[in-house]
Amino acid sequence: MDRQGNKYTFLYASIMVIVVATVLAFVAEALNPIQKKNEEEAKMIDILKSVGIESTTSNVSDKFKEYIGENVYIVNFEGNRQDVSAQAAFNIDLGKEVRKPLSERQYPVFECHLENGEVKYILPVRGKGLWGPIWGYVALNEDKNTIFGATFDHKGETPGLGAEISTDAFQQQFKGKTIFEDGELVSVNVVKGGVPDDASHGVDAISGGTITSQGLDAMLKDYFNGYEAFLKK
Amino acid sequence: MSSEKEPLFSSKNLKLITGPLGSQNPITVQVLGICSALAVTAKLEPSIVMSLSVIFVLVFSNLIISLLRNTIPSRIRIIVQLTVVAFLVILVDQLLKAFAYEVSKQLSVFVGLIITNCIIMGRLEAFALGNKPWPAVLDGIGNGAGYGLILVIVGFVRELFGTGNLTFPGIGEVQIVPDIVYEWGYVDNGLMILPPMALITVGIIIWVQRSRNKDLVDIS
Repeated sequence: MDRQGNKYTFLYASIMVIVVATVLAFVAEALNPIQKKNEEEAKMIDILKSVGIESTTSNVSDKFKEYIGENVYIVNFEGNRQDVSAQAAFNIDLGKEVRKPLSERQYPVFECHLENGEVKYILPVRGKGLWGPIWGYVALNEDKNTIFGATFDHKGETPGLGAEISTDAFQQQFKGKTIFEDGELVSVNVVKGGVPDDASHGVDAISGGTITSQGLDAMLKDYFNGYEAFLKK
Repeated sequence: MSSEKEPLFSSKNLKLITGPLGSQNPITVQVLGICSALAVTAKLEPSIVMSLSVIFVLVFSNLIISLLRNTIPSRIRIIVQLTVVAFLVILVDQLLKAFAYEVSKQLSVFVGLIITNCIIMGRLEAFALGNKPWPAVLDGIGNGAGYGLILVIVGFVRELFGTGNLTFPGIGEVQIVPDIVYEWGYVDNGLMILPPMALITVGIIIWVQRSRNKDLVDIS
């Protein structure tokens, strides 16, 4: 066949596209269960990390069962608990929820029972960074006001700049901060230029990561507003 | 027909590997792949992982295109190249997500960006289309390594002077500048981790290379 002819060109392109699409579809389908499991485990690791429990992919399922187990539920904007299974609550996709208005979102709560009997409320949060989504888990003490720990992660913030939100150094700052002041929600502000050490509602922003820091600030305000009714109960 | 076969690592073939490390370097001489060299080099670790991913994609896309080179209709050759590269990148991305989830999280969007890395298209168009598979593989290794070399140098310099630490894959962050130096009054240069310093660092590498090798200086 004429290698430069139209017929050959069309045939070549069609066959190539079909072959590539078939192989990729097959690979994606075959690997999907493993990827899903990885994502779930990574989520559990993140959730446990927010209350200071370190885990690895090999033991995270057991630890999650031990500390949180079935104590996963959804609250609505009015702070009322919804009637759904723990598994369904765990699987809530915040990426979809975050696009709805505050009052229509479903808010998952992970209740963690530590060995010393303390109960921590772990709230997932999600927002926008510079390049893509950022998310995290904020663990509150029983007073539903003081932050016990927080962990943040991101899809694709710039390494060394915005990506620093996922470092311990940044996340440690949140410990002990409070989100209410005299019953008014003030959230935790991510402040450029530094905050005094004793500030109870502020942490240092990341230098060079301004947009990510602002995104994180907005994310916390947004989600604390959504959880406000639940937290005041 | 001559029955004499060229040895696998003849001097001509070896040049395909050593050339891009020096006088044919894709970043400093061919000025390809600059964009990713600036984007991922704020830390050493992503620089290293990105280099390895690019080497992998470059080697295999060079190989596939070289094998197909006599069948590809010349009018749609760019589209064919792009499809092969995209295919490999998606494959790598899927495999990483399944079997090396941590690594895939670190690389995140950069894996996808390999598709647009000009080194890959550049080498496919300039080399793989006109050469046999084995030299094409060597060319892929050479150019990938040449790209990686510059990335690692820039990542090393930027992270060391920007934060005083170095991060290695699998090990994590290691403090290099000792505390005592900070007590003497040394301060990390925050500018180093901002994008402009990547450009300046690459510029300095180009300057050093050209002042040592006058052949690279083009007088036009």
